[in-house]
This record gives sequence, structure tokens and C-alpha cells, in this order.
Amino acid sequence: MAESSARTLISLPRAIRRGEVIEIKTLIAHPMETGYRPGADGVILPRDLIRTFTCHFDSGKLRVPVFSAQLFPAIAANPYLAFPMRVLDSGKLILNWRGDQGFEKTEILDLVITG
Amino acid sequence: MGRRQALYSLGLGLGAVLTVRPALASPEELEAAMKAFAAGATVTQGRIQLDVAQLVDNGNAVPLGVSVQSPMTLQDHVTEIALFNEKNPQREIALFTLGPMSGVARVSTRIRLATTQTLVAMARMNDGSVWSASADVFVTLAACIETDSDG
Repeated sequence: MAESSARTLISLPRAIRRGEVIEIKTLIAHPMETGYRPGADGVILPRDLIRTFTCHFDSGKLRVPVFSAQLFPAIAANPYLAFPMRVLDSGKLILNWRGDQGFEKTEILDLVITG
Repeated sequence: MGRRQALYSLGLGLGAVLTVRPALASPEELEAAMKAFAAGATVTQGRIQLDVAQLVDNGNAVPLGVSVQSPMTLQDHVTEIALFNEKNPQREIALFTLGPMSGVARVSTRIRLATTQTLVAMARMNDGSVWSASADVFVTLAACIETDSDG
């Protein structure tokens, strides 16, 4: 399926020193329909979840996993995940969300050491 | 004043209350989920801190933080953190994978809670040891029972 147009919000610190542990905050617009909940007509709404999230760091030479998550129906709508990363190099962050009904979203961000 | 009226008067404007509600899970299910994560390792209480409000007035989006005491070095780090609940329709909440790149072992998210219940966090270290901690949360407005809410 084509890349989702779901809106994302990603926050990184404005200034990053080499060796610093930063917190990467991510939010994606998604209903996280549990598959347990009836709609207005009383019929159970089909499950529509983001199932996995991954964050990789690409230094240009090497692509390494930073963090990943498996998500279940107990994760609130518009999933929010905040996780740490020790920054040793500038490079790119590759964030990927995948889920039911072919959902896929990728965001690529520059991670720049400022001092 | 009924509960529903009370909600409206609070400006919550939620939709009709439905009668469908998942059957409450048994504590054995939680134990089974924890055992599956432990995969044979002895589970020790400690090293984990669960940050969640004791009293939650909206179960649709409950902020939850979990942190594990670990130097997060190549030699000594957390590899996985699992979150479980006692009484939602499914025991699993999330499974996080971390490593030395993380720097610290701390993850935050927002979860749904169907009712007042116990939450459990478990962590696996790279040496294979497994740790756990739990927190009791009292929920006044449950997730998953209102049609027009986002739960």
C-alpha cells in the first residue's frame, strides 16, 4: 500500500552535544482502533492498529537500530512514544510506523551535533 | 443527577454509554503473559520504576513512563521492556527494544485502561536476567466503553 499521509510530530532538542543522551518524542495521528469496540450501529469496528515502530540511526556508513516498539490495543489513539538515544555522530534518523490494513509511514530527520 | 448527566455537566459531551464491555480477565492470564516474557528466567522484583498516576480520571490516554536502572553500556544494558495490564481485553500493552545506543533505559507513552487495575513492567537485561515492578491504578472513566470518544 502507498505511504500513509498520517500526520506526525517529532521533537528533538535544539542543541545536541556529542555524547549527550537525548529524548526523541514522536506522535502519529492514528485511531488505534482496538477491534473490541462497537461502532454507533453496534457492530464491532474492525481492528486498525499501528503494530510496530522502529527508529534507526544512519551515520552515512552504518545503519543501526536505536529503538523499536510493538504496540497493542492498549496503546492510546495517536500513539505517543518518547525514547532515549546517545548521540555520538551527526546523521539521519529513520522513523517507521507499520500497522494493520497496510499502514506504513516513514519520516527521515537530520540529527546534527551542534556543539 | 445521573452519571451521564454528571459527565455532560462537566463538559465532556461523550456519546451514548454502551452496554458491551469485555469480560474482565483473570489474574492467571497476567501471570501467563509475564511467564511467557520471562521465558524460563527467574523474575526478580526491582530495578524498574513505573511512572503513572495512582488516580486516573480518563482511561483513554494515560501517561505512562518506565525506567530501568542500568548503565546501558555494551557490557551491561537492557534489551527489552514489556508492559502488561491485568484487566484490559488483552494483557500486552507494548514491548520495547533498547540497547547501548539508548544511553538510558527510559520510555514514555500513553495507554488505555479499561478499568481500575494493576500494571506490570518487566525488563530483560543482556545477561538474561529478568526484573519486574507493578503499579496499581484507579480509573474513574474507563476507556473503550464510550462510542464517540477516541478510546
